[in-house]
Amino acid sequence: MRVIEPWVAEPLQRFLAESAARVVLLTTSSGQVVAQHGFTRALDVMSASALGAAIMASTDELGRLTASGASRSLSHQGSSRGLFLAGFDLPQGRWIGLVVYDHDSSLGLVRLFFDRMVEELRALAPVDPPAREVLAADFENELNASLRSLFGR
Amino acid sequence: MKADIVSALESITRVRGVRGAMIVSAEEGLVVAESSMEGIDGAAVAALAAGVVARLARATEAAGRTAPAFVHLRAGAGGLMAVPGRGDLLVVAVTDPEVNVGLVRLELRRVAEDVA
Repeated sequence: MRVIEPWVAEPLQRFLAESAARVVLLTTSSGQVVAQHGFTRALDVMSASALGAAIMASTDELGRLTASGASRSLSHQGSSRGLFLAGFDLPQGRWIGLVVYDHDSSLGLVRLFFDRMVEELRALAPVDPPAREVLAADFENELNASLRSLFGR
Repeated sequence: MKADIVSALESITRVRGVRGAMIVSAEEGLVVAESSMEGIDGAAVAALAAGVVARLARATEAAGRTAPAFVHLRAGAGGLMAVPGRGDLLVVAVTDPEVNVGLVRLELRRVAEDVA
């Protein structure tokens, strides 16, 4: 498990232990990575975070179009692995969680412990995160710094 | 159909000491239908009960035995009973410590045969 924000580590560790999830990725709604577990390649993290953010943005918009509201979560059941994708709000803004699980877990367990992790994150999140402007010039540097932190190189 | 399922579950919750009953999707651990689950987090019970039953099934399979036909989890303040139904469904009852286990088991199996 690798985290960018230290206060995320404990709730995420507990979620991993209790849900038996195989892969977890926490990102901001713009796709910036906050924490990951289970990925071995930086490229996979970048792809998954971008796809997760795009899917959540699409489903949020679909929810608005159909008046069903912003999407809370969605799931996909594959033949051997399931995928759970959910958005949640923190003082830092909207974050996205992407979870991959297999036969050692279930959608119900992942949802149950994911909700508990979100509650813990809300309780631990710094109340007044510093607001700052995101500049295009900073974006690549920040992305590279995040990936170095997440993969230890 | 939903009314039939809830009505079937009520035959379980009518047993004295049963606090609630539900039908759970065993693979996903999600609630399909529930009856009299006041004060109980049904989603949590469904997820955890399905997880316990799945692990027990894997354990008995590893031991060369068939999957359990009835699971009874006893705790200090109550208990949980589960009977796998047809397909992917599981019939679950949450009980007080003092309950007629045989009668609940009978009702769980009946619902599992009729509905699940």
